[in-house]
Amino acid sequence: MKNGADPAVEVKGLTKRFGPLEVLRGVTLSAYDGEVIAILGSSGSGKSTLLRCINMLEVPDGGTVAIAGEPILLKERRGGGHEPADQAQIDRLRQKLGMVFQSFNLWSHLTVLENVTEAPVHVQGRPKAEATAEALVLLEKVGLADKRNHYPSQISGGQAQRAAIARALAMRPQLMLFDEPTSSLDPELVGDVLRVIRTLAEEGRTMMLVTHEMAFAREVANRVIFLHQGKVEEEGSPAEVFGNPRSERCRQFISSQLRHA
Amino acid sequence: MDFAFLYSSFLRLIAGIPLTLQLAFSSIGLGFCLAVLLAAMMRSRLLPLAWIAEGFVFVFRGTPLLVQIFLIYYGLGQFRPYLDEMGIWWFFRSPYYCALLALTLNTAAYGAEIVRGGLQSVPHGQIEAARAFGMSGFTLYRRIVAPIALRQALPAYGNEIILMIKATSLVSTITLMEVTGLAHKIISETFRAFEVFFVAGAIYLAINFAMARLIALAEDRIAPDLGRAAATIEMGKLSH
Repeated sequence: MKNGADPAVEVKGLTKRFGPLEVLRGVTLSAYDGEVIAILGSSGSGKSTLLRCINMLEVPDGGTVAIAGEPILLKERRGGGHEPADQAQIDRLRQKLGMVFQSFNLWSHLTVLENVTEAPVHVQGRPKAEATAEALVLLEKVGLADKRNHYPSQISGGQAQRAAIARALAMRPQLMLFDEPTSSLDPELVGDVLRVIRTLAEEGRTMMLVTHEMAFAREVANRVIFLHQGKVEEEGSPAEVFGNPRSERCRQFISSQLRHA
Repeated sequence: MDFAFLYSSFLRLIAGIPLTLQLAFSSIGLGFCLAVLLAAMMRSRLLPLAWIAEGFVFVFRGTPLLVQIFLIYYGLGQFRPYLDEMGIWWFFRSPYYCALLALTLNTAAYGAEIVRGGLQSVPHGQIEAARAFGMSGFTLYRRIVAPIALRQALPAYGNEIILMIKATSLVSTITLMEVTGLAHKIISETFRAFEVFFVAGAIYLAINFAMARLIALAEDRIAPDLGRAAATIEMGKLSH
């Protein structure tokens, strides 16, 4: 943790409900530069919603989100709930956050290379030649240089997810958000994706990772957050959370997950 | 077969091709613009806009094109004094403009449904990914939504284009001398309906053959990973 520096993300008292369902019930956490935070929890614990609230794909009902010290401005929506007060601000702050989705969400009409250059060129306004050169380096890094001219429908899920990681990195984000990046992959394809994420962690990138891969979380994260019913139930170093969880629910969750693994 | 007669009919009928193509392409082009507008209205949160668009589609898809042509060309003639007063009689007096209007409105109704389907088929996750990278508004539509919708809609729209080329033959009923109109004229002089319509049919077939090739090329260009080209590549892989 750097003293005096603003956290990459600071979330305070976040609440979100879908109809009668309270998904987040006051979540507070910060991610500082260089941290790798793994967010664990059973399904329905609100971990994906938390991640999606950070980049406003879901607009929280209460609480605040600040990116690099800048609070995201929200306003009351007619008929309840909130909406972004300033779309330009959201668009600008989202460029600092590289999102990787569970189902990849590569743009199906663009090749792998075009997927990686699309946002740098058309959102950030960078020169196409520069974006392409950088994209080729990133594709090399995730092991997809030879697939650059393939369309998303022509590559495997593992390759698609690595392309999606390259696409997110191309924005030169301050923070990477991973929303269950391996959950929709065949088991034999998970390893390649985890290897790429591990490399990023070793480079000191700031990352928040929602995952079910317990062993992986334990290995790469320097902080683990366990969510239960929309609240932070346990938080600490991997050694603390996995080795000696204070909460009974966290203990049960971890032992059940490790049994299945 | 009297090849000399077929050939002379052919030479006279090709004079109608420019008008056929002009009507087809103008109505398809204008109709597409209107179709996009209608599709946007149908998806609008302003319900009255959506109702107007849905009503338009309901009427123009549900009635025969021939009746629409007659209504506009013959039917509106009854209201000449009003149209004169509004200064638009010159438009409705012309069989060409009436035909163009009827064809445009008709194809717009079908096109609107195709465009709406295309927009609906754009996976939500891909739009979300664009938003997550800071894209919004018009850029999001231009770079992501529209191209993906087009990929989905192109095969159906290609079909509509071919239907429209054939539908232009109906305008011969309001005195326009396109291919079918000329065919009627030649038959009234020669009483050789079979040969003349045979040649006319062959001309439509040739136009649509070329059109189908163009549509296939466009599909391969816009969606190289889907459809024909991709299928050929897959078959190639299997055979090795």
